[in-house]
Amino acid sequence: MVGNILDFEKPLIELAEKIKELQSFMDEKGIDLSDEINRLKQRARNLQQEIYAGLTTKQILQIARHQNRPTAREYVDHIFDEFVELHGDRRFGDDPALLGGIGLIDGIPFTLLGHQKGKSTKENLKGNFGMAHPEGYRKALRLMKQAEKFNRPVITLINTPGAFPGVGAEERGQAEAIATNLMEMSDLRVPIIVIVTGEGGSGGALGIGLGDKVMMLEYSYYSVSSPEACAAILWKDADKSAEAAEALKITSSALYKLGLIDEVIKEPAGGAHKDPGKAAMLVKEAILSSLKELSKLSIEELINQRYQKYRQIGEFSRISLSEEGLG
Amino acid sequence: MFKDLFGKSKYVTVKTIEKRDKEEVSPDNRLWTKCNSCKEIIFNKKLVENLMVCPKCGYHFRLTAKDRLTITLDQGSFKPFGEDIYSLDPLEFPGYKDKIAKAKAKTGMDEAVIVGEGTIKEHPVIIGVMDFNFMGGSMGSVVGEKITLAIEKALETRKPLIIFSTAGGARMQEGMFSLMQMAKTSAAVKRLHKAGVLFISVMTNPTSGGVTASFASLADIIIGEKGALIAFAGPRVIKQTISADLPEGFQRAEFLLEHGMLDLVVSRDQLRDELARILKIHQAGVVNYGG
Ligand SMILES: [Zn+2]
Repeated sequence: MVGNILDFEKPLIELAEKIKELQSFMDEKGIDLSDEINRLKQRARNLQQEIYAGLTTKQILQIARHQNRPTAREYVDHIFDEFVELHGDRRFGDDPALLGGIGLIDGIPFTLLGHQKGKSTKENLKGNFGMAHPEGYRKALRLMKQAEKFNRPVITLINTPGAFPGVGAEERGQAEAIATNLMEMSDLRVPIIVIVTGEGGSGGALGIGLGDKVMMLEYSYYSVSSPEACAAILWKDADKSAEAAEALKITSSALYKLGLIDEVIKEPAGGAHKDPGKAAMLVKEAILSSLKELSKLSIEELINQRYQKYRQIGEFSRISLSEEGLG
Repeated sequence: MFKDLFGKSKYVTVKTIEKRDKEEVSPDNRLWTKCNSCKEIIFNKKLVENLMVCPKCGYHFRLTAKDRLTITLDQGSFKPFGEDIYSLDPLEFPGYKDKIAKAKAKTGMDEAVIVGEGTIKEHPVIIGVMDFNFMGGSMGSVVGEKITLAIEKALETRKPLIIFSTAGGARMQEGMFSLMQMAKTSAAVKRLHKAGVLFISVMTNPTSGGVTASFASLADIIIGEKGALIAFAGPRVIKQTISADLPEGFQRAEFLLEHGMLDLVVSRDQLRDELARILKIHQAGVVNYGG
């Protein structure tokens, strides 16, 4: 499981191994080393805090893509009291890369949609690493319309490298499916709560990502293009992906500062994958407090506020850059 | 009869473009151009007369936004709006300001889209035309804003909206501001539909990425210009993913028509006529029911 080890966590892993060694030594020989062990444990906590306080964008990208990062299904298991998965777009098929269903959180009914990344190779082959086909986006739309019919708020959990780039996906209208979701989500007459839990990969992420409250987990990312593709296209050099990752401003803190997301959800120490149960509880709190806030608005106010929020996104000037003497 | 109509209108269009705009249509060489498809050497005069379509194989060369306006609208009818909007560099992305300056110098345009109003065979329209020569027609804040202004102008005036799109991908240098233009333009289109205003999207070569996955795919009538590459993910990306050859004609307008993604595929010499025909039918009024 080499792929699971984050290189910047190596000192932490070494420390953990040392603690384990001391522990077994203590158990074997009956010598009390608990002071030393506690000291090392404290050092590990401090070190973890230090490492995570100074993460580069590239490192955050690694955490966001970590194989043990909680999936949509895990969040559902932790957060929902009851959940029924619903399948199919009624047009072509059912896309395992996009999980959909209805359920109860603290007795409140929700419709949930989320990209489903697998944890094993087998799961990932079936679910295309969370890269949805048009039928996935159309299933999402069908369930959102159903939610609207029954006044159920919608939760979407985003975790995808992007929409699936394949022959069938193109033949069946990947672009049209995403575009239609954007158009319909802009006017859906129920609250939409969006949470980027891992990878927010471009149009494939946005395809279920237009909402009233858009939040990101602390170590997730959201980007117009993968930093690897950006580096390859702009600089013809895929090795510059770390620089591209910085330049693209894809982290939760950067996007919050730019006003492009509404809230950052804290993760447990060392990232969501270290404690999925706790991560899920933090997500649950964010969902419930968002709903509380959004349900104060009438539906008309909600729709209008949602429209204005997106209408205002864009940075431009009335004076040409070259007139400022910059070009 | 169809043939007569076709011949007649073609003559008219060619004559006007020749008379007014020879110098505006700008092939890469002063005297001749080599066809990208069949490699035929074509005299520029002939190419311009033929609306930048190869007379031998029918290959459609890319048009600048200005040339597209010229061959689409009635002479002198175009009035631009949203001209005083310029790109910023919100992420302070390395090299971006320089790229914009170069694109401006190269194209004489402020951004990758021109919007305004005009008439097509006397039918008033709101029109937006993207230009691939300006940073690959990529959509950043300004393109998204201008497209939205065009949608809003159509909403306000209730004139039909026509958008000619071309895009190689997102404006990466504006990061998530670019991605969110997909949401912004799509939300605006929804308002247009709810208000019952006609929207015609013409996808030209190439239209891909976020533009295809937003407003360009949300029109009442979607036309692909003959031979245009129309895609979400580009063919190179797909080839890499599936590591196999792509089907014949994959992602070309004709392929999309066959798969139900377009209403029509129209060659350049017939586009103005076809648009006028749709506008004529649309503007014939409404049937009153129950009266
Ligand atoms: Zn040719």
